[in-house]
Amino acid sequence: MELLDRFAQGDLEAFEALFRQFQGQVYGWIVRIVRDRGIAEDLTVETFWRIYRAHARFHPQGNFGAWARRIATHAALDHLKTARREVALPDDLAAGAQPDPAVHREVLEQIERAFRELPARLQVAATLGFVEEESYEQIAEALGISVGAVKSRIFRAVRLLRRKLKGLSVEP
Amino acid sequence: MSEANDEEIRTLLRKVIAPVADRELKRDLWPQMLGRLAERPAQVPWLDWALLAVPAIWFFFSPEAIPILLYHL
Repeated sequence: MELLDRFAQGDLEAFEALFRQFQGQVYGWIVRIVRDRGIAEDLTVETFWRIYRAHARFHPQGNFGAWARRIATHAALDHLKTARREVALPDDLAAGAQPDPAVHREVLEQIERAFRELPARLQVAATLGFVEEESYEQIAEALGISVGAVKSRIFRAVRLLRRKLKGLSVEP
Repeated sequence: MSEANDEEIRTLLRKVIAPVADRELKRDLWPQMLGRLAERPAQVPWLDWALLAVPAIWFFFSPEAIPILLYHL
């Protein structure tokens, strides 16, 4: 029997095989959203826990990777909703994180804070679209929404961010 | 909102929040997963459900009993 068929029937060995095959991919996606290695590891386990519990709902003809990514995105979203953190990105995680000398550090912190205060679903769409430069199609698939809805979320994120920055007297 | 404005915000965000460079998982998470699978969800004993069901059924069929019970509590 095929691996996905066995997984759909609740076979633990098949689940382990899929876990080992996809854990890196799921982690890589989550870390882009939550931007913290430890949290991303925990959420990877949480994602696979949800996957395991939902095995009966998985159609073996479907794309396991895409399904896992969607569940991972929702696990990350749930995390962002409950844990509104204001922690700076660890230096070793970011590419080219050197601050721009032209922009004052305090201003950068204000912008980051304003961004972290955006509603989680807008923040995720903007992080994936603007910072990670994922395609709208990929974001839409991961969030389980249409491309139009992704564009709308990014538009609203930009508008809200601009309004917040205006309130803080920070002009981008 | 113009595309130029979007680009401005995009550039600014990438200055503040740089893309994640290291997306590689450094260790196997299967042992953690096994631990999670071993956790058993808290189970409510059937007797507790039965004890809850008795007053629920009672109140459903004779709602006038609710104030009497509240008086005696």
